[in-house]
Amino acid sequence: MDGGNGKYHLLKSESKRFFRFFLSELKPKGPLLTPFNIVAAIIISVGMVLIVIRFATGLGSVTNLSQEFPWGIWIGFDVVTGVAFAGGAYVLTFMVYILRLEKYHSVVRITVVNGFLAYVFYAGALLLDLGRPWNVINPIIGNNFGVSSVMFLVAWHFMLYMMAEFVEFSPAVAEWLGWKRIHKVLSSLTLAAVIFGITLSTLHQSGLGALFLMAKNKIHPLWYSEFIPILFFVSSIFAGLSMVIFEGSISHKVFRHRLSREAHEKHDDIVLGLGRICAGTMFVYFFLKVLVFLHGQHWSYLDTPWGYWFLVEIIGFVVVPGGLYTQAVRTRNISLIKIASGITLAGIILNRLNVSVIAFKWYAPHHYIPHWMEIWITLTVVFAELIVLRWIVNRMPILSDPPAWAQKKKELKRTIKYIPLEEEKEEWTVSTM
Amino acid sequence: MERRDFIKTLGVMGGTVLSGRKLHAEQKAKADDKEFVGILVDTTRCVGCQACSEACAEAHGLPEPDLDEEITMQRKTSTTQWTVIRGDEDKEIYVKTQCMHCNQPACASACPTQAMYKTPEGPVIWREDKCMGCRFCMISCPFDIPKFEYDSPIPKIQKCIMCWDRLQEGEEPACTETCPEEAIIFGKRRNLLEEARSRIYNNPDDYVHYIYGENEAGGTGYIYLSAIPFEELGFRTDIDKKAYPELTTEFLYSVPVILTLWPAFLLALNKATKPDEENEESED
Repeated sequence: MDGGNGKYHLLKSESKRFFRFFLSELKPKGPLLTPFNIVAAIIISVGMVLIVIRFATGLGSVTNLSQEFPWGIWIGFDVVTGVAFAGGAYVLTFMVYILRLEKYHSVVRITVVNGFLAYVFYAGALLLDLGRPWNVINPIIGNNFGVSSVMFLVAWHFMLYMMAEFVEFSPAVAEWLGWKRIHKVLSSLTLAAVIFGITLSTLHQSGLGALFLMAKNKIHPLWYSEFIPILFFVSSIFAGLSMVIFEGSISHKVFRHRLSREAHEKHDDIVLGLGRICAGTMFVYFFLKVLVFLHGQHWSYLDTPWGYWFLVEIIGFVVVPGGLYTQAVRTRNISLIKIASGITLAGIILNRLNVSVIAFKWYAPHHYIPHWMEIWITLTVVFAELIVLRWIVNRMPILSDPPAWAQKKKELKRTIKYIPLEEEKEEWTVSTM
Repeated sequence: MERRDFIKTLGVMGGTVLSGRKLHAEQKAKADDKEFVGILVDTTRCVGCQACSEACAEAHGLPEPDLDEEITMQRKTSTTQWTVIRGDEDKEIYVKTQCMHCNQPACASACPTQAMYKTPEGPVIWREDKCMGCRFCMISCPFDIPKFEYDSPIPKIQKCIMCWDRLQEGEEPACTETCPEEAIIFGKRRNLLEEARSRIYNNPDDYVHYIYGENEAGGTGYIYLSAIPFEELGFRTDIDKKAYPELTTEFLYSVPVILTLWPAFLLALNKATKPDEENEESED
């Protein structure tokens, strides 16, 4: 009885300690009144008001959606483009956990966290777009399985993939909280989660394209083909990796203080490697696009405004950045790679919007143009994601090295041991006294 | 019935996302053993009185249609009007437009919650308690029929349901019952096709020799006869003759294949790339 009481007290004090730790971690780190914070605060607070209006009075009050254009940028940009950008997670986990390319290990965590948050926020933004979001549980539980629906497949895969990504980065959460035993269990799940995650990604990256297969007579023939799913899948590879490069170049400035030595040293090498993969897949993608174009026999459309727009996308945003990547890798030019990644990302936005919004109902006399409130709410989602990302990166070992207890012994042998400088040593001794 | 549902649910839960195979097979089977009903529209008989629109509004509690509104070729159904007459008042040609009630509807196969539902009798209906408002049915429908209430916080999808509720009670649809010119007739789809063919055969000079809806989108519940080419009546003539759900079957078929092959392949790759020293270690 006594022992039970002791255990109870221990549990109580432990949970108290955890609660206090958690509360202290909730507080923001660093100065509050930075330009980023001010902009984010304005965008999010106005965005919240707009979201309330949207739910109170219907989609028509904040969007330009119509009977002709049922899907706008909330689907075309937030979901379809956002998920393509999040493709880096499955490509990198494939490279590191399946092919064991250890070189890229240091960027896996940040990419997976990014991917996870992208799914939570951008796929979560789908709830804003749903007219009857309270029924979103219907395809998940209950007897309303629309098994022949691509949307059903994509919805399930989003959900399962979010779980897989959470498992993939959960060891970082355990390290943050200092849960050693749970860490062990979670780490052992990583490979299974990675394999499951890659499989799901293959299917839903292409599934997003398959959503548009039945819009056969509505999408301009230059963009519609039965190969949309394959094109979406292949382009998600370089979209995701370009995002890793692009985002990496920003986070290296913003989170300089959180970076591990290893990440610093290897970063250029990693970027060059990723750039090479991007160049390769982009030429494969270009080749596929050409094949699809020839296969579709759409020469007559080429000499029309839509044809020029098509060429802008293919030449300006696939061939050009692909060429820049190749050139940059050859000359080991890191800044050129960053430029190429930026153009590639713009090209992905262009491609996804072309299929889902711009070339959709290309014949309509009055085409959909997003309302400023739609754009504002999209920005709200983006900024909310960035703030949560910053919160996580500043607390958990995402960019920084995991604590010593969490590292494998073998890995410890390989890394250069951190030798404190003289002054630091003194501080250390003072503080222990 | 319940047992079948149970088995169906089990099957779905097992594979999470199997494929469309089952549902398509089921729909085809239904088409074979139970005949779909349909409606034949003979546009040469329509005088544009819009009695059908009025009857429709009354039968479904929709606002009374404004009969003075000009009839144009661009007229479309809306959230408050499930059926409208489009046409040209000068040339005196009129066409009743509404949901086509496809044999294998794109909307129903697009719907992730089975809210859009092809009833075994033939009408395609929308079920309020299931719909989550994703509007994928609107993207997929080749005829742009489902209409969404953008100005409501509790929006519904609005479209013709071929008076499915009235059919249950043994009545015929409100519009066909009302039509004073017998321009629209209700019946088994097969019989209506025969009727349409015989009208063309007996009056070859009065009709274009084509039945719109016989093969469009794999065949529709509504079929049309016309005296002038269908594109001049505002019909889309570039609609596939194949059933629209077939556009996604190839993709959906590949899902179970990838879902089972990928993990095995990835695991094998993972084992194959294991460095020798690690292999030895694990053996020790």
